[in-house]
Amino acid sequence: MTTERAPQPTTAAANPPIQPMASNLLPSDVVRASAMRDLPAPERQLTKVAKLIDVSRCIGCKACQSACIEWNDTHPDVEENVGVYENPHDLTPEMFTLMRFTEYANPETHELEWLIRKDGCMHCEDPGCLTACPAPGAIVQYSNGIVDFISDNCIGCGYCVAGCPFDIPRIHKTAHVSKKCTLCSDRVAVGQGPACAKACPTQAIVFGTKDEMIAHAEMRIEDLKERGYEKAGLYDPQGVGGTHVMYVLHHADKPSLYADLPDDPKISAVVKGWKGAAKDVGLAAMGIAAVGAMAHGALARANEVSAHDDAEAQEMVAHAAERLAVEPQEAARPQEGAP
Amino acid sequence: MTNSWTDIKNTDLVVVMGGNAAEAHPCGFKWVTEAKQRRGAKLIVVDPRFTRTASVSDYYAPIRPGSDIAFLMGVIRWCIANDKVQWDYVRNYTNMAYLVREEFGWSDGMFTGYNEETRSYDQSSWEYQIGEDGYVLTDETLENPRCVWNLLKAHVDVYTPEFVERICGTPKDRFLKVCEMIGECASPTKTMTSMYALGWTQHSKGSQNIRGMAMLQLLLGNIGVAGGGMNALRGHSNIQGLTDVGLMSNLIPGYLAIPTEREPDFETYMSTRANKPLRPNQMSYWQNYRKFMVSFLKAMWGPAATAENGWGYEWLPKLDIAQYDGLRMFDMMSKGEVNVYFCQGFNPLLSFPNRGKLTEAFGKLKLLVVMDPLATETAAFWENHGIYNDVDPSKIQTEVLELPTTCFAEDEGATVNSGRWLQWHWAGATPPGESQTDVWIMSNIFLRLRELYRKEGGKAPEPILNLTWDYADPEDPTAAELAKELNGRALTDVPDPNDPTKLLLQAGKQVSSFGQLRDDGTTMGACWIYAGCFTEAGNMMARRDNEDPSGMGVYQNWSFAWPANRRVLYNRASCDLDGNPWDPERKLIAWDGAKWAGPDIPDIAVTAKPREVGPFIMNPEGVSRFFSRRLMRDGPFPTHMEPFESPVANPLNPEMRGNPVARMFPGDVAQLGDRSEFPLVATSYRLTEHFHYWTKHNKVNAVLQPEFFVEISEELAAERGIAKGGRVRVWSKRGEVWAKAVVTKRIRPLICDGQTVHVVGIPIHWGFKGAARKGFGPNTLGPFVGDANIETPEFKAYLVNIEPAEGSATS
Amino acid sequence: MTEERQYSAPGDEIETRKPVTVSRYRGITRLNHWVTAFTMIGLILSGMALFHPSLYFLTGLFGGGPTTRWLHPLMGILLFFSFLLLFLQMWRLNLPKREDAEWLANIKEVVKGEEENLPELGKYNAGQKFVFWGMSGLILVMIVTGVMIWEQYFPGLVSIPVRRVAVAVHALSAVAAVLIFIVHVYAAIWTRGTIRAMTRGTVTGGWAYRHHRKWLRELAGRRKTDPAE
Repeated sequence: MTTERAPQPTTAAANPPIQPMASNLLPSDVVRASAMRDLPAPERQLTKVAKLIDVSRCIGCKACQSACIEWNDTHPDVEENVGVYENPHDLTPEMFTLMRFTEYANPETHELEWLIRKDGCMHCEDPGCLTACPAPGAIVQYSNGIVDFISDNCIGCGYCVAGCPFDIPRIHKTAHVSKKCTLCSDRVAVGQGPACAKACPTQAIVFGTKDEMIAHAEMRIEDLKERGYEKAGLYDPQGVGGTHVMYVLHHADKPSLYADLPDDPKISAVVKGWKGAAKDVGLAAMGIAAVGAMAHGALARANEVSAHDDAEAQEMVAHAAERLAVEPQEAARPQEGAP
Repeated sequence: MTNSWTDIKNTDLVVVMGGNAAEAHPCGFKWVTEAKQRRGAKLIVVDPRFTRTASVSDYYAPIRPGSDIAFLMGVIRWCIANDKVQWDYVRNYTNMAYLVREEFGWSDGMFTGYNEETRSYDQSSWEYQIGEDGYVLTDETLENPRCVWNLLKAHVDVYTPEFVERICGTPKDRFLKVCEMIGECASPTKTMTSMYALGWTQHSKGSQNIRGMAMLQLLLGNIGVAGGGMNALRGHSNIQGLTDVGLMSNLIPGYLAIPTEREPDFETYMSTRANKPLRPNQMSYWQNYRKFMVSFLKAMWGPAATAENGWGYEWLPKLDIAQYDGLRMFDMMSKGEVNVYFCQGFNPLLSFPNRGKLTEAFGKLKLLVVMDPLATETAAFWENHGIYNDVDPSKIQTEVLELPTTCFAEDEGATVNSGRWLQWHWAGATPPGESQTDVWIMSNIFLRLRELYRKEGGKAPEPILNLTWDYADPEDPTAAELAKELNGRALTDVPDPNDPTKLLLQAGKQVSSFGQLRDDGTTMGACWIYAGCFTEAGNMMARRDNEDPSGMGVYQNWSFAWPANRRVLYNRASCDLDGNPWDPERKLIAWDGAKWAGPDIPDIAVTAKPREVGPFIMNPEGVSRFFSRRLMRDGPFPTHMEPFESPVANPLNPEMRGNPVARMFPGDVAQLGDRSEFPLVATSYRLTEHFHYWTKHNKVNAVLQPEFFVEISEELAAERGIAKGGRVRVWSKRGEVWAKAVVTKRIRPLICDGQTVHVVGIPIHWGFKGAARKGFGPNTLGPFVGDANIETPEFKAYLVNIEPAEGSATS
Repeated sequence: MTEERQYSAPGDEIETRKPVTVSRYRGITRLNHWVTAFTMIGLILSGMALFHPSLYFLTGLFGGGPTTRWLHPLMGILLFFSFLLLFLQMWRLNLPKREDAEWLANIKEVVKGEEENLPELGKYNAGQKFVFWGMSGLILVMIVTGVMIWEQYFPGLVSIPVRRVAVAVHALSAVAAVLIFIVHVYAAIWTRGTIRAMTRGTVTGGWAYRHHRKWLRELAGRRKTDPAE
């Protein structure tokens, strides 16, 4: 008997039927995988999904953090207060999302603004982590846009850390695998929205198809503009091909106001060079060198010591021995240009 | 709440003052975001701190803790001066035209009748002029200088924007901007909602803060209308239920009063509760008091309560003083006047002020019984935890019994939310270990006690021996059994009063509303306002139909709202005098020519004709009150009073300290500090990451906010050499705490009365038990002072000092 | 008193006279070399596995990806110290000399194997010196960048932008090191009679005469033993 496949979730609060349903996120839906070039073409194209975080509606309550901890069953440490509201103080392998708080005295309006941004994986269309990852299949991208870390394939090298333009992945200290927000791929697979979006009390976090989220954002931006935020806009950075986690910002012209959200993120040229040309050119160079050496060895005459050389050596040593016997002291000194 | 959480989406302007809804009520706050999104509503935050609510507000104004009355009276003055008054509403639905007795007056910040000896007012002058017909004298022309309107205008006259700035530290331009935004809601088609919480109640004049806003809402015509109202955001998930069922020393369920010694029998008790209408045709609904009281007494003592014995009235305890509130109990305890204390779901060692006094008080008990799902600090008050609980256990002889109880997720029952919704919930988990429900524990104590009385007798055994206890399992009454009892049922057949040949209710049937309760002993009902929650149709509280055909957020078939499943109180006032909604787009009810009908349950007799019966049926006047008569101990109008510990003197009367009639015991006066020693204003509050002192026991919450801290401005930090994340010592006249310092732009120094006032913010959530780091609470520092009317401790404004402490910054 | 060495290292000596064999590397040096060599091979194989997806299968040699991930930097540390010992033994004789320029100028002759017209050389020719200094430099770069990207023990040592550069430099250095490694190995094979210097420790007199005549001459002119050494 086949179990019915779960529907694709289109809202954060999607409530699929409660009976068990088969996953709707299949291995064949992977469109890109780290260190794997020749993936078979997917049989179907899932609708692109996105999580939209409306910073202007967020009250910084950390329900998303709490939901994230609960759903993913992570165990972050009880840290100490260091004079800020961020707890834990940074993303960790046990804390995939984090409210970041910025006190901004707006020089134009002279109003204080407390900008609160939920940090976490942006699920780039062009993921730097996936580009950088050396372990085949450790990072995958599904055709719905979710970028997921497959821990079974992860080797914990940390290349994804260098690859990510948003400083997101964290390597687990004991499990030695890279961890980050999965966009709740395990929930999405069975027709539910991400845990954080479901928990968000003000619906500052919403989830749905990317098109719907963009439309929703436009409505919110219009509202913000009416409230005097003329530069309100959507953060869907094209430098990484757009993202599947997007922000509505009151100050879309200055994303970096929001706890250093990159103004124009893209995969670093260094990373691209390293994982692009360098990889192949380097391999080719090494290959050519090795093959060249072998060819030379096979084709060219070896550099062999001749009988003549042996004789000359014999003579040199014998001659020197004679001299040493006669002039023990002088012979110790080297003799330039002696035959 | 007069309205409900879901109704907030109907508003045009949200004023969060005396609260921090986004932070302390994040789930309910979603309706504010709904209003912003649906209606383009604006959000104003007035708070000493730029809170998380302020972070999503449209406008923010700072205010000095404890100066809210001045601000609110200032707004009322501005609205009157700028004609921002919904005249039709004010004229017809308030007592503005009523004449007040000539003797009433005020000067030097005090009203007539003050007695310094008793620290109370003789309130006899705070009353209307009553005509020969027994009705209040009025002057519809508003020309009589003794009419409420003229008295109000005179009363608020001093609260100019300059005066507000001087008292509150709110810059004048910000104050005026707030006034303008609020003033727009005087339009009949624009409403403002007030969301407040303990930021207003935890003052020595907390009730008057709320009165101030209620008066402003009346002025704007916003009481009883959709998207309006006075919305108290209750601090616990079921604290509304606690007050509803009368868990106060002076109340019995349904806001009926516990008798006093001066009321030895039932008829004496009832004689002051006739509630005769003060204007013609008015309903004065409290005229039904006797029905509710008799039904309550029948619920208590069943067949033993008879007309002959005053329905068992004499078995009720009689108060010798006004009330035994928390502050008084702990004061008595500290004097050794209490032997045994049952502490049920309560952690006073962290939640009541002047912790030193509390520790001393508990140490004088013979027995302390703590019923709680968690290991509370109160139960461990005798344990030494270094600086966090510096006591000597060898000196404490109190025996402590801990009875572990279930928590809300482990048992069944209803919790009452701020919007008065009784929402049924079911057990989601099995109680751990030996824990039992509170009901099981109380039942077993009762049954053993009753057995002792039976065997050994004793003084006045009747209240115990006669108590009705007809539950299927006497040791463990079910939540449904208790709910049915609160709802009430017919004890014998109840005839229809209009047609005695018909039966209104058959014996044994649940009543469907409090209208069916009787004063002849034929019905019982333990809490009249809950009538209708569990009827013959079943458990109304368990309903979960989220259909809302009107789109007004009424949700008539979702749970049950008291009274009578009404979602907006006073909703008759949402219509004009002829019964048409002020705003047709936001109709709650309307007069259809024959009756009142609409999405909500009308808060008036459905056939009461417009222009005859006033909308405020609980008042004998039928209208609402700008002048509150004798209902408030500290005055019929709110007047500015400084906190007991204040950095500035009261400009209305520099000699006056705090609220002259507030709850204050003589022994605590010596423990008040002044500005010379303690120049900083402290205010306490909650953080979103925690719920009181519960969630520090939960690892996840502990992760999200791990350690006790205080918040100070960058200016104060610089002045005192305090580093961000550094350790500080904060002390008051009553104690000291150590905390981490959060140095922030969100708290700014205020200029009040020409001097700089710094605010120190002290969140509440830490103690010496649980998963989070050990810490303190503001109650170590707070003064043992309570509100004049409801005795809530003055946690929101008192004086402290601060200095850097050993242990360097960690950042 | 000692007899100064100019072209030879301690332990270098004429081993036998008929036929002539010359001791080129002491046992300890040979051990040092082979430890370095095998570590280098391990590093190359593990590094290549992480460098190019098509070579990821090489992680199988080490017991899988995660093992490769933690083993590689440990091997790197071992290589670094092992190479450091070699370096300390060899750096002096690898300092450039005037004849290196002439040798390089005639590199075509070298490649053809016609050394008759080349200048006489000490213990190392310019090619060997290039290998030595190249490897020294690259190993230094790789150990520094390697620590920078060593997630397990130094996760926050450098900023992410620096880390990106480090990881790229590490990879490029490794490619360069592999190329030098190939040159080194191939040259040892192609130049017959060389490998025994690192196995048995000796070379034939003819080999020494042909490739490192100054070195041979210095040894020939020395007493059998060198008490100071």
